[in-house]
Amino acid sequence: MMLTNHPFLIFCSVLLLLGLMAFFIARKKATQVRASGTAMFSQPDQYAWFAVVATAGPAILLSALGAFVMLLIGADIPTFPLLLASLVLAAIGLAVGMVLVRANFHARQAIERVIRWVLAGAATISILTTLGILISIVGEALNFFQMHSFWDFITGTTWAPGNSFLMAAGRGDGASGGAEFGSVPLFAGTFMITAIAMAVAVPVGLLSAIYMGEYAPSRVRAVAKPMLEILAGIPTVVYGFFAAITVAPFIVRVAETVGLDASFNNALAPGIVMGIMIIPFISSLSDDVINAVPDSMRQGSLALGMTKGETIRDVVIPAALPGIISASLLGMSRALGETMIVVMAAGMRPNLTINPLEEMTTVTVRIVAAMTGDLEFESAETLSAFALGLVLFVVTLSLNLVSVIMIRRFREKYRVNNL
Amino acid sequence: MNDSFDQISQQLKGRHRKSMRLKYYSMGALALAAAFLLIFFADMLNKGLPAFKQAMINVEINYSEDAAKSGRAAVNRDFSTLISRSVVRTIPLEMRNDPTLLGTTVQRWVLASGEVDQYLKGNRVRLDDEEMERIDRLVETGKIEQQFNVGFFSRGDSKMAELAGIMSAVVGTVMTMIVTLAIAFPIGVMTAIYLEEFAPDNRLTQLIEININNLAAIPSILFGLLGLAIFINFFGVPRSTPLVGGMTLALMTLPVIIISTRTALRSVPESIRHAAFGVGCSRWQVVKDHVLPLAMPGIMTGSIIGLAQAMGETAPLIIVGMVAFIPDVTASFTEAATVMPAQVFTWANEPDHAFVEKTAGGILVLLAVLISLNASAVLLRKKFERRW
Amino acid sequence: MSAQMPDVTYKTNPDIGQPYTRNDKACHDLSIRVRDLNLWYGKTQALKDLNIDLFQKNVTALIGPSGCGKSTFLRCLNRMNDLIPSVHTEGLVEIDGRDVNAAKMDEVALRRRVGMVFQKPNPFPKSIYENVAYAPRMHDLVSRKAEQDELVEKALRDAGLWNEVKDKLQEPGTSLSGGQQQRLCIARAIAVQPDVILMDEPTSALDPISTATIEDLMDKLKEQFTIITVTHNMQQAARIADYTAFFHLGEIIEYNDTKVMFSTPAQKKTEDYISGRYG
Repeated sequence: MMLTNHPFLIFCSVLLLLGLMAFFIARKKATQVRASGTAMFSQPDQYAWFAVVATAGPAILLSALGAFVMLLIGADIPTFPLLLASLVLAAIGLAVGMVLVRANFHARQAIERVIRWVLAGAATISILTTLGILISIVGEALNFFQMHSFWDFITGTTWAPGNSFLMAAGRGDGASGGAEFGSVPLFAGTFMITAIAMAVAVPVGLLSAIYMGEYAPSRVRAVAKPMLEILAGIPTVVYGFFAAITVAPFIVRVAETVGLDASFNNALAPGIVMGIMIIPFISSLSDDVINAVPDSMRQGSLALGMTKGETIRDVVIPAALPGIISASLLGMSRALGETMIVVMAAGMRPNLTINPLEEMTTVTVRIVAAMTGDLEFESAETLSAFALGLVLFVVTLSLNLVSVIMIRRFREKYRVNNL
Repeated sequence: MNDSFDQISQQLKGRHRKSMRLKYYSMGALALAAAFLLIFFADMLNKGLPAFKQAMINVEINYSEDAAKSGRAAVNRDFSTLISRSVVRTIPLEMRNDPTLLGTTVQRWVLASGEVDQYLKGNRVRLDDEEMERIDRLVETGKIEQQFNVGFFSRGDSKMAELAGIMSAVVGTVMTMIVTLAIAFPIGVMTAIYLEEFAPDNRLTQLIEININNLAAIPSILFGLLGLAIFINFFGVPRSTPLVGGMTLALMTLPVIIISTRTALRSVPESIRHAAFGVGCSRWQVVKDHVLPLAMPGIMTGSIIGLAQAMGETAPLIIVGMVAFIPDVTASFTEAATVMPAQVFTWANEPDHAFVEKTAGGILVLLAVLISLNASAVLLRKKFERRW
Repeated sequence: MSAQMPDVTYKTNPDIGQPYTRNDKACHDLSIRVRDLNLWYGKTQALKDLNIDLFQKNVTALIGPSGCGKSTFLRCLNRMNDLIPSVHTEGLVEIDGRDVNAAKMDEVALRRRVGMVFQKPNPFPKSIYENVAYAPRMHDLVSRKAEQDELVEKALRDAGLWNEVKDKLQEPGTSLSGGQQQRLCIARAIAVQPDVILMDEPTSALDPISTATIEDLMDKLKEQFTIITVTHNMQQAARIADYTAFFHLGEIIEYNDTKVMFSTPAQKKTEDYISGRYG
């Protein structure tokens, strides 16, 4: 590892030393120039900082560039000369910094230009993250689609990644070489569990938001809002445990009493618990938009002799609808990508069914399964995780974008109306 | 002629009923959420609190010569099946380290086996009737009792339920969070400052903004795939370490910190900036000396909330291999480690029933940490809240 | 302690060429009778011992400097003040012989008979047609689609908007201009066929041309409805109102026939206000 490298440590300490030198010498020089009665553009400290930036900046850039080139192209640049070159650059920078300590140099402006670039650089990291996700997923997914056809992946109804999985399930016959990657059952399971979650989260979340926004006295509101936030703060692994150990057996027992046969890995338990997890996402955004509906609308309706319920149903909700839909889409995107609850409470077996009491599996479960097995990275099963991830990325991305556009429309609409 | 008030009121009866129904439904929805929270916490406490107690047996340990070979010989036959195998295993070790022990006898409290522990807690166990009777008798004579489970907080993971503790996961969490904050906080704050105070309103800026909002909503498991493909496979960061876990979580926390920092910066009124510009500050000086100090409480609050979110995250860490069996406390950022939620996940997968209470106990510790973090964020916000 | 009932010079009785007297039947066609009305926002008293009779099928203007309580008083008439939790009212507001603040009074029924138009136009987020049709349909005033169409057309015609919107009834109400939106709100209010229409500075957010249109409209509407309007524009009050009440610091200083009040105000305060010395 580079961090523990000896030359690297020396490089860092020398650079630090040069930087300190730059700071103090430049400040001293600037103070002297000022003391001699010359009017300077900037403060001594600013000259000092400029000298530090001039010393360290290019050196760090050069070494980072070198390291990156090494990793990216695999070019073999020996570490020692690279670091040495960087240090030489630092020394040159120091000299330049010293020379520039003079009355007619705008040290402050120069520093601020550098700061601006550093800030802009930080802002691009978020773009790089998205790009990184895209590249890493798309790249490996393409590898996967070279092994298995994209069409089979999208339309196939059998997900049987081969021996490793069968053996893990305890019924490997060792001979089944024909791995099949038909993702339909996985997506069916994902959408089933998502649908159950939304069936819980949307009514409860929306009605809670209506209660908090329209009915609740401020004291109830002061308690209810943080309570819902707690719901959002519970880690998903905890929800998963709760779904698997408490809710699922409960559902099996209830199903038994009405004479139904339910699996302990039924889709209902993770679905319901996931729905509860999503309630706060929907209620908090819905609450915001309901509060943003101008009061004049409610008054207009009440003044026509409408009851409060009618006003809410026919005026407030329609006005807030874009925001409510946007909240639901965000909640849905969260449900689709939720991992821990389904990993712990849903099944492993791909199963194409519409009975929520049966075991079914989801995209995220298979991603985790593919990543935690003792498999080669280049194996088809591991790579299939990236193909699944790609679909998940595309679906959630589109949901998020639609949601962002809708909420933006809502804002624009009421800004206009409030004029 | 128009209807009188009474006639209208008559017509309104049905509509009033409907209106009230909406009120009760909405009230019911909120009550449902509250009821769930109540059931959830009751269930977790019920399952998890026993994990903080551990059965201990007061035995006489006889450091005989036989004991140096097999630890089982050091203890009375009545007890040897009841105490934890870990105790038996360490007796010869102790004697090798301290030869003067040979021939002495010590009376002390040692760990009972998981079975005894579970029996005392009223769970189903694989003990025969004779053993159960023996345990009952020992309980009566005060030779077996449940004590506060110090080991749960001081030991790492173990395959033996009575030995498993959460310490290594706590240390792993702390180290991972250090990495996460060290990366996400400066970059997040810098990004927010750039977008809010410096960036021109052009296409690129809008792209960054949309991108940040989108990143906040991307499924966390995809960040795990990124960490695996980019950090581990491409940059060669070692797997399962706090370093790679922290880096992955940092990317996830970044949008939270950026968004909350921007909100905090935006809530500083323009008049402060104008005043600072008015006395000749440059843009950077305005930000550094006037805007940032005022926005700091908001930034801290947002960062704590982001940190709490990252602390509860498991899915991406599974992908970068941080769900590992870690019996010893991790000492370096580049050694394999586990974190609290991952430890919970590991325990939840253990077939042994005794691990259910360990899992719930771990959850209680995790929730306590998260709740205190969030509470401190709320307090911070309350304390420094300012209305302009 | 009850304040004096403000004096009113009654309108001329066309039959005899003399003002009506307090005992004449026509003057007892009171729409609204208010006695000893007091109102508090929390601990601050906003209305003090109001006593006033408001006449049917007339336009009554409430004028006064801002913060004098005229809008608050208006909102007492259809109990819109109920929506503000801190408000507390005492005294009698009687409409059609019934105390509107009585426990038995259903405020929803009250608001159906006492409509309201607000300062800022607030059309619903629905089509122009639905904006008007919504309330009558909910109130069961129409049973068939044809009836509903007819009612919408009539309300829009009465509000003087029909010719402008008849070709775009399905467009959202918010797509109209400010003045058109306000007339849509008036159409919406008259579609439920109330007895009284309260108008809270209905033209203050509009341009002069829209204002003139709405003033003409009020003049026509008073044939069917009792109109009570708040305005801070004295010229407007003089132009449109049959009666005018002058409010100051939560009290009614003077209440009279508009012509009388603007030509020979009885109170010094009224005179100062009308002549623009404050306000």
